[in-house]
Amino acid sequence: MTTFFTAAALVVRKDLLVETRSREVVYTSLLFAVSCMLVFAFGLVKEGRVVADAAAAILWITIAFAGTLALGRIFDRERQNETMRALLLAPVPRAAIYIGKFAGVVLLLLLVEAAVVPLVALMFDAPLFRHAPLLAGLMVAGSLGYAAVGTLFAAMLARSRSRGTLLPVLLYPMTVPVIIGGVRGTAALLQPDVDIAMARTWLVLLLCFDAVFLTLALWLFEPVMTE
Amino acid sequence: MTKRLFPVAVLLCIGMFAYAPFLIINAPYESTMGLVQKIFYFHVSTAITMFVSAFVCGIASAIFLFGRRPGADRVAVAAAELTVLFGLIVLASGPLWARKAWGVWWQWDARLTSTLVMWLVFQAYLLLRRFGGPGSEKLSAAVAVFGAALVPFVYWSVNMWRTVHPTTNVVPSLDPSMRGPFLWCLVAFLLLYVLMLSARTALENRRARLDALYLALED
Repeated sequence: MTTFFTAAALVVRKDLLVETRSREVVYTSLLFAVSCMLVFAFGLVKEGRVVADAAAAILWITIAFAGTLALGRIFDRERQNETMRALLLAPVPRAAIYIGKFAGVVLLLLLVEAAVVPLVALMFDAPLFRHAPLLAGLMVAGSLGYAAVGTLFAAMLARSRSRGTLLPVLLYPMTVPVIIGGVRGTAALLQPDVDIAMARTWLVLLLCFDAVFLTLALWLFEPVMTE
Repeated sequence: MTKRLFPVAVLLCIGMFAYAPFLIINAPYESTMGLVQKIFYFHVSTAITMFVSAFVCGIASAIFLFGRRPGADRVAVAAAELTVLFGLIVLASGPLWARKAWGVWWQWDARLTSTLVMWLVFQAYLLLRRFGGPGSEKLSAAVAVFGAALVPFVYWSVNMWRTVHPTTNVVPSLDPSMRGPFLWCLVAFLLLYVLMLSARTALENRRARLDALYLALED
């Protein structure tokens, strides 16, 4: 069991090290997130006022889009340097590699969220920090679910031909439950009369989705990545 | 045996579908919706067939992934195509009914949304198989397992959230005079499904054998 977590931690450490040296994924995802918000602002701001519930939707869609970009790039890097094969050849359980990659993606998503949440709060005048712990819970639970599915499919598609177009096509329908939970939960917190119970219900549902997605992904990673 | 049974089953299926309209016409009118409610007999039957098909695809894909049986993969392809086909019937007949019953073509409620999501997942499965290049059978098998895992979620979603779509206890509590025609249609669609699945799988088997022969010829 210790070797499992040591291996996973090593994969995370490697990914973080590569990322801190190049900062490629962080910079591109952040800039993409900001330009995404700009595009939404044109559609969802009417006569200077934001359409109801739009802030929650903008927040989650921006994160989902930026996440797709980051996922594609993280695994492209492994493919370009032919390191995916080396990783898979390592004498550790495949699931440990998955967990390592998954943790790296979650950390990256949280980093992007840490920048996007204040930006949305500022630019769309949304009281996001009124219930900060609950919002943080929703963001973390949402990121876990999104990353669980995303890591599996991005890893699978790394070897595939038209991965750039296929990743969003696969990822968005699969992660719709997570996006719905995140948007509805956040919207419940942003209403004029805050619905704490509703946000809690969605948080619990999100955690259920996380458990299902993570179990399925761990179960499928081994046979899918075997050539 | 199966070769002789197949034409008999086809004839039976044609007969059942030919007789279905008479049964549906003679079934009583529903008190509030009247004539439109008759869509029910095909809409619900195809929906159940779609769910069955999604499960068949998911289970066959899991067998292919964990048991390494290429035959299971060929069943999975056939089932995925049929899930998309029956899903199309469900998603076409649903709005026709909704327009009359609810006044709108589409409503973003849990049941409709999740059915559309499931349909998109199986579309993605077919896209991946077609454009994914070599080795995409395994990847798409993983997609199918995820898709099948969404099915119970789709089924229970109506009971979990408040929606305009009728709940799952409509069928068990059906009026006895409507139950007969409904079961008739359900059996007809399931029979059609089994026939199409076996024909499509047989085609896929032949294709695999032909590929193997080509490879042997080249060696």
